[in-house]
Amino acid sequence: MTFEMPQFALAAPEIWLGIMVCVVLIADLFDRGGEGRIAFLLTQLTLLVTVWLAFSTHWGGAAQITFNGMYVSDNLAAVLKAASAGLAAITIGYSRDYLRQRELLRGEFYLLVLIATLGMSVMASASSLLVLYMGLELLSLSLYALVAFNRESRVGSEAAMKYFVLGALSSGMLLYGMSMIYGSAGSLLLGDIMAAAAAGENRLLMAFGMTFALVGVAFKFGAAPFHMWIPDVYQGAPTAVTAFLGSAPKVAALALFLRLLAEGLGDLHDQWQIMAIILAVGSLAIGNLFALVQTNIKRMLGYSTVSHIGFLFLGLIAGSNEGYAAALFYAISYGIMAAGAFGMIILLSRRGFEAEMIDDMRGLNDRHSGFALVMLLLMFSMTGIPGTVGFYAKWMVLQSLVEAGLVWLAVLAVIFAVIGAFYYLRVLKAVYFDRDEAPAPLEAPLGPRVVIAANGGLVLLLGLFPDALIELCRAAFGL
Amino acid sequence: MLALSDYLVLSALLFSIGMAGIFLNRKNAIVLLMSVELILLAVNFNFIAFSSFLGDIHGQVFVFFILTVAAAESAIGLAILVVLFRNRGSINVGDLDTMKG
Repeated sequence: MTFEMPQFALAAPEIWLGIMVCVVLIADLFDRGGEGRIAFLLTQLTLLVTVWLAFSTHWGGAAQITFNGMYVSDNLAAVLKAASAGLAAITIGYSRDYLRQRELLRGEFYLLVLIATLGMSVMASASSLLVLYMGLELLSLSLYALVAFNRESRVGSEAAMKYFVLGALSSGMLLYGMSMIYGSAGSLLLGDIMAAAAAGENRLLMAFGMTFALVGVAFKFGAAPFHMWIPDVYQGAPTAVTAFLGSAPKVAALALFLRLLAEGLGDLHDQWQIMAIILAVGSLAIGNLFALVQTNIKRMLGYSTVSHIGFLFLGLIAGSNEGYAAALFYAISYGIMAAGAFGMIILLSRRGFEAEMIDDMRGLNDRHSGFALVMLLLMFSMTGIPGTVGFYAKWMVLQSLVEAGLVWLAVLAVIFAVIGAFYYLRVLKAVYFDRDEAPAPLEAPLGPRVVIAANGGLVLLLGLFPDALIELCRAAFGL
Repeated sequence: MLALSDYLVLSALLFSIGMAGIFLNRKNAIVLLMSVELILLAVNFNFIAFSSFLGDIHGQVFVFFILTVAAAESAIGLAILVVLFRNRGSINVGDLDTMKG
Protein backbone atom coordinates (compact mmCIF):
# COMPACT_ATOMS: atom_id res chain seq x y z
CA MET A 1 0.00 0.00 0.00
CA THR A 2 1.45 3.32 -1.02
CA PHE A 3 1.01 6.45 1.01
CA GLU A 4 -0.43 9.29 -0.97
CA MET A 5 -0.34 12.80 0.38
CA PRO A 6 -3.94 13.99 0.68
CA GLN A 7 -4.96 17.26 -0.94
CA PHE A 8 -5.51 19.27 2.19
CA ALA A 9 -6.63 22.32 0.23
CA LEU A 10 -9.81 20.52 -0.78
CA ALA A 11 -10.80 20.23 2.88
CA ALA A 12 -10.34 23.96 3.51
CA PRO A 13 -13.83 24.53 5.04
CA GLU A 14 -13.36 21.78 7.61
CA ILE A 15 -9.80 22.80 8.44
CA TRP A 16 -10.92 26.41 8.86
CA LEU A 17 -13.80 25.38 11.12
CA GLY A 18 -11.54 23.12 13.16
CA ILE A 19 -8.99 25.89 13.70
CA MET A 20 -11.66 28.43 14.57
CA VAL A 21 -13.22 26.10 17.16
CA CYS A 22 -9.91 26.25 19.03
CA VAL A 23 -9.61 30.03 18.52
CA VAL A 24 -13.13 30.68 19.82
CA LEU A 25 -12.47 28.44 22.81
CA ILE A 26 -9.32 30.35 23.76
CA ALA A 27 -10.73 33.79 22.94
CA ASP A 28 -13.78 33.18 25.11
CA LEU A 29 -11.53 32.13 27.96
CA PHE A 30 -9.76 35.50 27.96
CA ASP A 31 -12.88 37.55 27.35
CA ARG A 32 -14.04 38.24 30.90
CA GLY A 33 -16.95 40.62 31.38
CA GLY A 34 -17.38 41.17 27.67
CA GLU A 35 -20.62 39.13 27.75
CA GLY A 36 -19.35 36.81 25.06
CA ARG A 37 -19.24 39.51 22.41
CA ILE A 38 -15.90 38.33 21.03
CA ALA A 39 -17.01 34.70 20.84
CA PHE A 40 -20.22 35.81 19.13
CA LEU A 41 -18.48 37.94 16.52
CA LEU A 42 -15.79 35.34 15.90
CA THR A 43 -18.44 32.63 15.45
CA GLN A 44 -20.37 34.71 12.94
CA LEU A 45 -17.16 35.51 11.08
CA THR A 46 -16.22 31.83 11.04
CA LEU A 47 -19.59 30.74 9.66
CA LEU A 48 -19.64 33.41 6.96
CA VAL A 49 -16.09 32.57 5.88
CA THR A 50 -17.14 28.90 5.79
CA VAL A 51 -19.91 29.78 3.34
CA TRP A 52 -17.37 31.55 1.15
CA LEU A 53 -14.78 28.77 1.49
CA ALA A 54 -17.36 26.11 0.60
CA PHE A 55 -17.96 27.78 -2.75
CA SER A 56 -14.38 28.77 -3.45
CA THR A 57 -13.05 25.26 -2.74
CA HIS A 58 -15.77 22.95 -4.00
CA TRP A 59 -17.79 24.85 -6.58
CA GLY A 60 -17.37 24.22 -10.30
CA GLY A 61 -15.44 21.57 -12.11
CA ALA A 62 -15.65 17.82 -11.78
CA ALA A 63 -15.83 15.95 -8.48
CA GLN A 64 -12.44 15.44 -6.88
CA ILE A 65 -11.77 12.64 -4.40
CA THR A 66 -8.92 12.71 -1.94
CA PHE A 67 -7.84 11.39 1.49
CA ASN A 68 -7.59 7.86 0.05
CA GLY A 69 -11.05 8.06 -1.46
CA MET A 70 -12.74 9.10 1.75
CA TYR A 71 -13.42 12.75 0.99
CA VAL A 72 -15.22 14.14 -2.02
CA SER A 73 -15.26 17.72 -3.23
CA ASP A 74 -18.11 18.50 -5.61
CA ASN A 75 -20.87 21.03 -6.24
CA LEU A 76 -23.27 19.21 -3.92
CA ALA A 77 -20.79 19.49 -1.05
CA ALA A 78 -20.47 23.22 -1.72
CA VAL A 79 -24.23 23.85 -1.57
CA LEU A 80 -24.78 21.64 1.49
CA LYS A 81 -21.91 23.22 3.43
CA ALA A 82 -22.84 26.77 2.51
CA ALA A 83 -26.48 26.13 3.43
CA SER A 84 -25.72 24.58 6.82
CA ALA A 85 -23.18 27.25 7.78
CA GLY A 86 -25.47 30.03 6.55
CA LEU A 87 -28.47 28.70 8.49
CA ALA A 88 -26.31 28.32 11.59
CA ALA A 89 -25.24 31.96 11.20
CA ILE A 90 -28.87 33.13 11.00
CA THR A 91 -29.91 31.19 14.11
CA ILE A 92 -26.85 32.36 16.06
CA GLY A 93 -27.91 35.89 15.19
CA TYR A 94 -31.10 35.44 17.23
CA SER A 95 -29.59 33.62 20.14
CA ARG A 96 -27.26 36.02 21.93
CA ASP A 97 -29.75 38.25 23.73
CA TYR A 98 -32.08 35.34 24.45
CA LEU A 99 -29.27 33.48 26.19
CA ARG A 100 -28.08 36.57 28.05
CA GLN A 101 -31.53 37.26 29.46
CA ARG A 102 -31.70 33.72 30.80
CA GLU A 103 -28.13 33.78 32.10
CA LEU A 104 -27.19 30.98 29.74
CA LEU A 105 -24.67 33.01 27.80
CA ARG A 106 -21.54 30.93 27.90
CA GLY A 107 -18.94 30.52 25.21
CA GLU A 108 -19.70 26.82 25.01
CA PHE A 109 -22.90 27.58 23.14
CA TYR A 110 -21.01 29.03 20.18
CA LEU A 111 -18.43 26.31 20.44
CA LEU A 112 -21.01 23.55 20.26
CA VAL A 113 -22.74 25.19 17.31
CA LEU A 114 -19.41 25.46 15.50
CA ILE A 115 -18.56 21.82 16.19
CA ALA A 116 -22.01 20.78 15.00
CA THR A 117 -21.43 22.78 11.81
CA LEU A 118 -18.08 21.05 11.40
CA GLY A 119 -19.86 17.72 11.70
CA MET A 120 -22.38 18.76 9.05
CA SER A 121 -19.56 19.83 6.72
CA VAL A 122 -17.79 16.52 7.17
CA MET A 123 -21.00 14.67 6.31
CA ALA A 124 -21.54 16.81 3.22
CA SER A 125 -18.16 15.75 1.83
CA ALA A 126 -18.15 12.16 3.03
CA SER A 127 -17.24 9.50 0.52
CA SER A 128 -16.85 6.64 2.97
CA LEU A 129 -19.11 5.10 5.60
CA LEU A 130 -16.54 5.90 8.28
CA VAL A 131 -16.38 9.61 7.45
CA LEU A 132 -20.16 9.77 7.20
CA TYR A 133 -20.50 8.23 10.65
CA MET A 134 -17.87 10.44 12.26
CA GLY A 135 -19.49 13.58 10.86
CA LEU A 136 -22.90 12.44 12.05
CA GLU A 137 -21.67 11.75 15.57
CA LEU A 138 -19.86 15.08 15.74
CA LEU A 139 -23.18 16.72 14.91
CA SER A 140 -25.31 14.53 17.18
CA LEU A 141 -23.12 14.73 20.28
CA SER A 142 -23.03 18.53 20.04
CA LEU A 143 -26.79 18.64 19.65
CA TYR A 144 -27.40 16.44 22.72
CA ALA A 145 -25.30 18.83 24.78
CA LEU A 146 -27.04 21.87 23.28
CA VAL A 147 -30.53 20.57 24.11
CA ALA A 148 -29.44 20.13 27.74
CA PHE A 149 -27.92 23.62 27.72
CA ASN A 150 -30.27 25.01 30.34
CA ARG A 151 -29.23 22.83 33.24
CA GLU A 152 -31.85 24.22 35.60
CA SER A 153 -34.78 23.40 33.34
CA ARG A 154 -36.87 20.34 34.10
CA VAL A 155 -38.34 20.06 30.62
CA GLY A 156 -34.92 20.79 29.10
CA SER A 157 -33.24 17.84 30.80
CA GLU A 158 -36.17 15.57 30.00
CA ALA A 159 -36.02 16.59 26.35
CA ALA A 160 -32.26 16.04 26.31
CA MET A 161 -32.65 12.54 27.75
CA LYS A 162 -35.27 11.60 25.18
CA TYR A 163 -33.22 13.07 22.37
CA PHE A 164 -30.09 11.31 23.56
CA VAL A 165 -31.64 7.86 23.84
CA LEU A 166 -33.49 8.02 20.53
CA GLY A 167 -30.53 9.66 18.78
CA ALA A 168 -28.14 7.00 20.05
CA LEU A 169 -30.64 4.32 19.04
CA SER A 170 -30.87 5.75 15.54
CA SER A 171 -27.07 5.94 15.26
CA GLY A 172 -26.98 2.29 16.31
CA MET A 173 -29.51 1.33 13.64
CA LEU A 174 -27.62 3.28 11.01
CA LEU A 175 -24.37 1.63 12.04
CA TYR A 176 -25.94 -1.82 11.99
CA GLY A 177 -27.08 -1.10 8.46
CA MET A 178 -23.64 0.19 7.56
CA SER A 179 -22.03 -3.00 8.84
CA MET A 180 -24.30 -5.07 6.59
CA ILE A 181 -23.54 -2.82 3.64
CA TYR A 182 -19.83 -3.17 4.37
CA GLY A 183 -20.21 -6.92 4.55
CA SER A 184 -21.99 -7.14 1.23
CA ALA A 185 -19.80 -4.67 -0.67
CA GLY A 186 -16.50 -5.54 0.99
CA SER A 187 -15.50 -1.90 1.24
CA LEU A 188 -16.30 1.22 3.21
CA LEU A 189 -15.89 3.57 0.25
CA LEU A 190 -19.15 4.77 -1.25
CA GLY A 191 -17.70 4.45 -4.73
CA ASP A 192 -17.01 0.74 -4.22
CA ILE A 193 -20.42 0.27 -2.63
CA MET A 194 -22.01 1.87 -5.66
CA ALA A 195 -20.10 -0.51 -7.94
CA ALA A 196 -21.05 -3.53 -5.83
CA ALA A 197 -24.70 -2.49 -5.83
CA ALA A 198 -24.62 -2.09 -9.61
CA ALA A 199 -23.01 -5.52 -10.00
CA GLY A 200 -25.76 -7.01 -7.85
CA GLU A 201 -23.48 -8.82 -5.40
CA ASN A 202 -25.07 -10.10 -2.18
CA ARG A 203 -28.29 -8.31 -3.03
CA LEU A 204 -30.22 -9.62 -0.03
CA LEU A 205 -27.62 -8.65 2.57
CA MET A 206 -27.24 -5.23 1.01
CA ALA A 207 -31.01 -4.66 0.98
CA PHE A 208 -31.08 -5.70 4.63
CA GLY A 209 -28.39 -3.18 5.49
CA MET A 210 -30.09 -0.52 3.40
CA THR A 211 -33.31 -0.98 5.39
CA PHE A 212 -31.57 -0.39 8.70
CA ALA A 213 -29.66 2.56 7.27
CA LEU A 214 -32.89 4.10 5.98
CA VAL A 215 -34.51 3.72 9.40
CA GLY A 216 -31.52 5.45 10.98
CA VAL A 217 -31.71 8.28 8.47
CA ALA A 218 -35.47 8.61 9.01
CA PHE A 219 -34.85 8.94 12.76
CA LYS A 220 -32.35 11.72 12.14
CA PHE A 221 -34.80 13.48 9.84
CA GLY A 222 -37.73 12.94 12.18
CA ALA A 223 -39.91 11.29 9.55
CA ALA A 224 -42.97 9.43 10.86
CA PRO A 225 -43.14 6.81 12.36
CA PHE A 226 -39.74 7.80 13.78
CA HIS A 227 -40.78 11.31 14.76
CA MET A 228 -41.58 10.80 18.48
CA TRP A 229 -38.64 12.86 19.67
CA ILE A 230 -39.33 15.93 17.54
CA PRO A 231 -42.19 17.62 19.44
CA ASP A 232 -40.73 16.95 22.89
CA VAL A 233 -37.25 18.09 21.97
CA TYR A 234 -38.52 21.19 20.18
CA GLN A 235 -40.63 22.13 23.16
CA GLY A 236 -38.12 21.31 25.87
CA ALA A 237 -34.94 22.76 24.41
CA PRO A 238 -34.14 26.47 24.89
CA THR A 239 -35.71 28.29 21.92
CA ALA A 240 -32.32 29.47 20.67
CA VAL A 241 -31.24 25.84 20.46
CA THR A 242 -34.53 24.78 18.86
CA ALA A 243 -33.99 27.37 16.14
CA PHE A 244 -30.62 25.83 15.33
CA LEU A 245 -31.86 22.26 15.72
CA GLY A 246 -34.82 22.88 13.43
CA SER A 247 -32.92 24.39 10.52
CA ALA A 248 -29.34 23.38 9.70
CA PRO A 249 -29.40 19.70 10.81
CA LYS A 250 -32.24 19.04 8.34
CA VAL A 251 -29.84 19.97 5.55
CA ALA A 252 -27.28 17.64 7.14
CA ALA A 253 -29.80 14.79 7.32
CA LEU A 254 -30.45 15.35 3.64
CA ALA A 255 -26.69 15.16 3.05
CA LEU A 256 -26.68 11.81 4.85
CA PHE A 257 -29.51 10.51 2.67
CA LEU A 258 -28.00 11.78 -0.56
CA ARG A 259 -24.52 10.44 0.12
CA LEU A 260 -25.53 7.06 1.53
CA LEU A 261 -28.78 6.09 -0.16
CA ALA A 262 -28.95 8.17 -3.31
CA GLU A 263 -25.30 7.89 -4.29
CA GLY A 264 -23.96 4.77 -2.60
CA LEU A 265 -27.09 2.65 -2.91
CA GLY A 266 -28.66 4.37 -5.90
CA ASP A 267 -29.07 1.01 -7.61
CA LEU A 268 -31.30 -0.19 -4.81
CA HIS A 269 -33.71 2.61 -5.59
CA ASP A 270 -36.50 0.15 -6.42
CA GLN A 271 -36.26 -1.24 -2.93
CA TRP A 272 -35.97 1.96 -0.92
CA GLN A 273 -38.54 3.79 -2.99
CA ILE A 274 -41.50 2.01 -1.42
CA MET A 275 -40.12 2.58 2.08
CA ALA A 276 -39.58 6.26 1.31
CA ILE A 277 -43.17 6.49 0.09
CA ILE A 278 -44.41 5.05 3.39
CA LEU A 279 -42.23 7.49 5.34
CA ALA A 280 -43.40 10.43 3.24
CA VAL A 281 -47.11 9.69 3.42
CA GLY A 282 -46.90 8.82 7.11
CA SER A 283 -45.06 12.04 7.89
CA LEU A 284 -47.52 14.15 5.92
CA ALA A 285 -50.49 12.57 7.66
CA ILE A 286 -49.17 12.46 11.22
CA GLY A 287 -47.40 15.83 11.06
CA ASN A 288 -50.38 17.73 9.70
CA LEU A 289 -53.08 16.05 11.78
CA PHE A 290 -51.25 16.30 15.12
CA ALA A 291 -50.24 19.90 14.47
CA LEU A 292 -53.92 20.82 14.25
CA VAL A 293 -54.55 20.22 17.96
CA GLN A 294 -51.44 21.88 19.42
CA THR A 295 -51.65 24.98 21.57
CA ASN A 296 -47.91 25.29 22.17
CA ILE A 297 -46.38 26.95 19.13
CA LYS A 298 -42.98 25.27 19.51
CA ARG A 299 -44.72 21.90 19.58
CA MET A 300 -46.88 22.87 16.64
CA LEU A 301 -43.80 23.84 14.68
CA GLY A 302 -42.33 20.48 15.65
CA TYR A 303 -45.24 18.60 14.08
CA SER A 304 -45.12 20.99 11.14
CA THR A 305 -41.47 19.96 10.72
CA VAL A 306 -42.60 16.34 10.46
CA SER A 307 -45.03 17.26 7.70
CA HIS A 308 -42.35 19.27 5.86
CA ILE A 309 -39.99 16.30 6.12
CA GLY A 310 -42.74 14.27 4.47
CA PHE A 311 -42.79 16.72 1.60
CA LEU A 312 -39.00 16.61 1.38
CA PHE A 313 -39.12 12.81 1.16
CA LEU A 314 -41.56 13.12 -1.73
CA GLY A 315 -38.76 14.81 -3.65
CA LEU A 316 -36.41 11.95 -2.89
CA ILE A 317 -38.88 9.26 -3.94
CA ALA A 318 -38.54 9.91 -7.65
CA GLY A 319 -34.88 8.96 -7.44
CA SER A 320 -34.07 11.40 -10.25
CA ASN A 321 -31.61 14.26 -10.12
CA GLU A 322 -34.53 16.65 -10.58
CA GLY A 323 -36.16 15.16 -7.50
CA TYR A 324 -32.97 15.42 -5.45
CA ALA A 325 -32.55 19.04 -6.53
CA ALA A 326 -36.14 19.70 -5.45
CA ALA A 327 -35.48 18.08 -2.07
CA LEU A 328 -32.32 20.15 -1.62
CA PHE A 329 -34.21 23.34 -2.46
CA TYR A 330 -36.93 22.27 -0.03
CA ALA A 331 -34.46 21.61 2.78
CA ILE A 332 -32.75 24.98 2.34
CA SER A 333 -35.97 26.97 2.08
CA TYR A 334 -37.50 25.11 5.01
CA GLY A 335 -34.37 25.84 7.03
CA ILE A 336 -34.81 29.56 6.33
CA MET A 337 -38.50 29.45 7.32
CA ALA A 338 -37.89 27.43 10.49
CA ALA A 339 -35.06 29.72 11.57
CA GLY A 340 -37.41 32.69 11.10
CA ALA A 341 -40.33 31.12 12.94
CA PHE A 342 -38.26 30.18 15.98
CA GLY A 343 -36.48 33.52 15.75
CA MET A 344 -39.87 35.18 16.08
CA ILE A 345 -40.59 33.20 19.25
CA ILE A 346 -37.20 34.31 20.60
CA LEU A 347 -37.98 37.96 19.82
CA LEU A 348 -41.38 37.88 21.48
CA SER A 349 -39.99 36.26 24.62
CA ARG A 350 -38.44 38.35 27.34
CA ARG A 351 -36.83 37.83 30.71
CA GLY A 352 -38.93 35.37 32.69
CA PHE A 353 -41.45 34.86 29.91
CA GLU A 354 -41.46 32.45 26.99
CA ALA A 355 -43.83 33.26 24.14
CA GLU A 356 -44.48 29.56 23.67
CA MET A 357 -48.23 29.46 23.27
CA ILE A 358 -50.16 30.39 20.17
CA ASP A 359 -52.19 32.70 22.43
CA ASP A 360 -49.03 34.68 23.12
CA MET A 361 -49.14 35.80 19.50
CA ARG A 362 -52.47 37.56 20.05
CA GLY A 363 -52.61 41.17 18.96
CA LEU A 364 -49.08 41.14 17.60
CA ASN A 365 -50.18 43.41 14.79
CA ASP A 366 -51.20 46.10 17.29
CA ARG A 367 -47.94 45.81 19.14
CA HIS A 368 -45.66 45.92 16.12
CA SER A 369 -46.90 45.71 12.56
CA GLY A 370 -43.43 44.87 11.20
CA PHE A 371 -43.19 41.72 13.32
CA ALA A 372 -46.70 40.77 12.28
CA LEU A 373 -45.74 41.19 8.62
CA VAL A 374 -42.71 38.90 9.01
CA MET A 375 -44.90 36.34 10.77
CA LEU A 376 -47.37 36.60 7.89
CA LEU A 377 -44.61 35.93 5.37
CA LEU A 378 -43.25 32.98 7.33
CA MET A 379 -46.63 31.33 7.80
CA PHE A 380 -47.60 31.94 4.17
CA SER A 381 -44.30 30.41 3.13
CA MET A 382 -44.83 27.33 5.29
CA THR A 383 -48.31 26.97 3.83
CA GLY A 384 -46.90 27.30 0.32
CA ILE A 385 -48.65 30.44 -0.90
CA PRO A 386 -47.22 31.99 -4.09
CA GLY A 387 -44.90 34.94 -3.60
CA THR A 388 -42.97 33.17 -0.86
CA VAL A 389 -40.16 30.66 -1.12
CA GLY A 390 -42.31 27.83 0.30
CA PHE A 391 -44.43 27.87 -2.84
CA TYR A 392 -41.53 27.09 -5.16
CA ALA A 393 -40.22 24.45 -2.79
CA LYS A 394 -43.54 22.60 -2.91
CA TRP A 395 -43.96 23.24 -6.61
CA MET A 396 -40.57 21.72 -7.50
CA VAL A 397 -41.26 18.62 -5.43
CA LEU A 398 -44.69 18.15 -7.02
CA GLN A 399 -43.21 18.63 -10.48
CA SER A 400 -40.61 15.92 -9.87
CA LEU A 401 -43.37 13.58 -8.67
CA VAL A 402 -45.53 14.17 -11.73
CA GLU A 403 -42.53 13.63 -14.01
CA ALA A 404 -41.89 10.32 -12.26
CA GLY A 405 -45.50 9.32 -12.95
CA LEU A 406 -46.58 9.36 -9.29
CA VAL A 407 -49.56 11.66 -9.76
CA TRP A 408 -51.55 10.10 -6.91
CA LEU A 409 -48.80 11.04 -4.46
CA ALA A 410 -48.78 14.61 -5.75
CA VAL A 411 -52.55 14.84 -5.24
CA LEU A 412 -52.24 13.41 -1.72
CA ALA A 413 -49.48 15.90 -0.92
CA VAL A 414 -51.62 18.82 -2.03
CA ILE A 415 -54.55 17.60 0.09
CA PHE A 416 -52.33 17.45 3.17
CA ALA A 417 -50.87 20.87 2.36
CA VAL A 418 -54.40 22.27 2.40
CA ILE A 419 -55.06 20.64 5.79
CA GLY A 420 -51.78 22.15 6.99
CA ALA A 421 -52.92 25.61 5.94
CA PHE A 422 -55.43 25.54 8.80
CA TYR A 423 -52.94 25.64 11.64
CA TYR A 424 -50.64 28.15 9.98
CA LEU A 425 -53.57 30.46 9.34
CA ARG A 426 -54.73 29.99 12.95
CA VAL A 427 -51.48 31.60 14.06
CA LEU A 428 -52.14 34.48 11.67
CA LYS A 429 -55.67 34.84 13.05
CA ALA A 430 -54.15 35.28 16.50
CA VAL A 431 -51.66 37.79 15.13
CA TYR A 432 -54.11 39.95 13.20
CA PHE A 433 -57.64 39.47 14.53
CA ASP A 434 -57.34 38.62 18.23
CA ARG A 435 -56.91 41.25 20.90
CA ASP A 436 -54.43 41.08 23.73
CA GLU A 437 -55.95 42.61 26.88
CA ALA A 438 -52.65 43.54 28.47
CA PRO A 439 -50.14 43.94 25.67
CA ALA A 440 -46.57 43.73 26.87
CA PRO A 441 -43.95 45.96 25.25
CA LEU A 442 -41.54 44.31 22.83
CA GLU A 443 -38.11 44.35 24.35
CA ALA A 444 -36.17 42.76 21.55
CA PRO A 445 -32.87 44.56 20.91
CA LEU A 446 -31.74 45.88 17.56
CA GLY A 447 -29.48 42.99 16.48
CA PRO A 448 -32.11 40.23 16.37
CA ARG A 449 -34.62 42.70 14.88
CA VAL A 450 -32.31 43.25 11.93
CA VAL A 451 -31.83 39.49 11.54
CA ILE A 452 -35.56 38.76 11.58
CA ALA A 453 -36.21 41.53 9.05
CA ALA A 454 -33.50 40.06 6.82
CA ASN A 455 -34.91 36.57 7.35
CA GLY A 456 -38.43 37.65 6.40
CA GLY A 457 -37.00 39.59 3.47
CA LEU A 458 -35.16 36.48 2.32
CA VAL A 459 -38.38 34.45 2.35
CA LEU A 460 -40.06 37.10 0.21
CA LEU A 461 -37.07 37.72 -2.06
CA LEU A 462 -36.49 34.03 -2.79
CA GLY A 463 -40.23 33.71 -3.34
CA LEU A 464 -40.22 36.44 -5.96
CA PHE A 465 -36.86 35.60 -7.57
CA PRO A 466 -36.20 31.93 -6.87
CA ASP A 467 -34.18 31.31 -10.04
CA ALA A 468 -30.73 31.78 -8.52
CA LEU A 469 -31.30 29.29 -5.69
CA ILE A 470 -33.07 26.84 -8.00
CA GLU A 471 -30.16 26.97 -10.45
CA LEU A 472 -27.75 26.46 -7.56
CA CYS A 473 -29.61 23.37 -6.38
CA ARG A 474 -29.85 21.98 -9.90
CA ALA A 475 -26.16 22.61 -10.57
CA ALA A 476 -25.37 20.64 -7.42
CA PHE A 477 -26.65 17.57 -9.27
CA GLY A 478 -25.13 18.49 -12.61
CA LEU A 479 -28.39 19.66 -14.18
CA MET B 1 -14.56 -23.52 12.62
CA LEU B 2 -17.44 -21.17 13.08
CA ALA B 3 -19.13 -19.88 9.96
CA LEU B 4 -19.78 -16.22 9.24
CA SER B 5 -23.48 -16.74 9.81
CA ASP B 6 -22.86 -17.83 13.41
CA TYR B 7 -21.25 -14.51 14.18
CA LEU B 8 -24.03 -12.62 12.40
CA VAL B 9 -26.70 -14.46 14.37
CA LEU B 10 -24.94 -13.70 17.64
CA SER B 11 -24.66 -10.04 16.77
CA ALA B 12 -28.30 -9.93 15.67
CA LEU B 13 -29.24 -11.41 19.06
CA LEU B 14 -27.18 -8.81 20.90
CA PHE B 15 -28.75 -6.09 18.76
CA SER B 16 -32.25 -7.36 19.53
CA ILE B 17 -31.55 -7.55 23.25
CA GLY B 18 -30.34 -3.96 23.17
CA MET B 19 -33.39 -2.90 21.21
CA ALA B 20 -35.75 -4.70 23.59
CA GLY B 21 -33.94 -3.12 26.52
CA ILE B 22 -34.74 0.33 25.21
CA PHE B 23 -38.37 -0.28 24.39
CA LEU B 24 -39.41 -2.59 27.24
CA ASN B 25 -37.54 -0.85 30.04
CA ARG B 26 -39.86 1.37 32.10
CA LYS B 27 -37.74 1.71 35.20
CA ASN B 28 -34.17 2.88 35.19
CA ALA B 29 -32.61 5.28 32.71
CA ILE B 30 -29.18 3.73 33.24
CA VAL B 31 -30.50 0.57 31.58
CA LEU B 32 -31.15 2.71 28.49
CA LEU B 33 -27.47 3.67 28.35
CA MET B 34 -26.47 0.04 28.77
CA SER B 35 -28.82 -0.98 25.96
CA VAL B 36 -27.31 1.63 23.66
CA GLU B 37 -23.86 0.25 24.44
CA LEU B 38 -25.09 -3.26 23.68
CA ILE B 39 -26.37 -2.15 20.28
CA LEU B 40 -23.03 -0.57 19.45
CA LEU B 41 -21.19 -3.72 20.56
CA ALA B 42 -23.42 -5.82 18.32
CA VAL B 43 -22.41 -3.56 15.44
CA ASN B 44 -18.75 -3.97 16.37
CA PHE B 45 -19.18 -7.73 16.34
CA ASN B 46 -20.65 -7.51 12.85
CA PHE B 47 -17.83 -5.36 11.56
CA ILE B 48 -15.12 -7.60 12.96
CA ALA B 49 -16.77 -10.74 11.62
CA PHE B 50 -17.14 -9.28 8.14
CA SER B 51 -13.65 -7.81 8.26
CA SER B 52 -12.13 -11.13 9.23
CA PHE B 53 -14.03 -13.16 6.64
CA LEU B 54 -13.48 -10.63 3.86
CA GLY B 55 -9.79 -10.32 4.70
CA ASP B 56 -10.19 -6.56 4.68
CA ILE B 57 -8.74 -4.52 7.54
CA HIS B 58 -10.99 -1.46 7.18
CA GLY B 59 -13.83 -2.97 9.16
CA GLN B 60 -11.61 -3.40 12.20
CA VAL B 61 -10.40 0.17 11.92
CA PHE B 62 -14.04 1.27 11.90
CA VAL B 63 -14.53 -0.64 15.16
CA PHE B 64 -11.88 1.48 16.88
CA PHE B 65 -13.72 4.60 15.82
CA ILE B 66 -17.03 3.20 17.06
CA LEU B 67 -15.49 2.32 20.43
CA THR B 68 -14.15 5.85 20.82
CA VAL B 69 -17.41 7.47 19.82
CA ALA B 70 -19.34 5.13 22.11
CA ALA B 71 -17.20 6.28 25.02
CA ALA B 72 -17.89 9.93 24.20
CA GLU B 73 -21.56 9.13 23.78
CA SER B 74 -21.84 7.49 27.20
CA ALA B 75 -20.03 10.45 28.75
CA ILE B 76 -22.64 12.82 27.35
CA GLY B 77 -25.46 10.42 28.24
CA LEU B 78 -24.30 10.16 31.84
CA ALA B 79 -23.90 13.94 32.03
CA ILE B 80 -27.49 14.38 30.88
CA LEU B 81 -28.54 11.76 33.40
CA VAL B 82 -26.87 13.73 36.21
CA VAL B 83 -28.66 16.92 35.12
CA LEU B 84 -31.93 15.00 34.98
CA PHE B 85 -31.44 13.60 38.46
CA ARG B 86 -30.58 17.00 39.93
CA ASN B 87 -33.73 18.54 38.46
CA ARG B 88 -36.13 15.75 39.37
CA GLY B 89 -34.56 13.59 42.02
CA SER B 90 -35.40 10.50 39.99
CA ILE B 91 -34.13 8.69 36.93
CA ASN B 92 -37.27 6.66 36.47
CA VAL B 93 -38.11 6.42 32.77
CA GLY B 94 -41.83 6.43 33.56
CA ASP B 95 -41.47 9.93 35.05
CA LEU B 96 -40.31 11.42 31.77
CA ASP B 97 -43.81 12.49 30.80
CA THR B 98 -44.19 16.20 31.54
CA MET B 99 -44.54 17.03 27.85
CA LYS B 100 -47.60 15.68 26.09
CA GLY B 101 -49.71 16.31 23.04
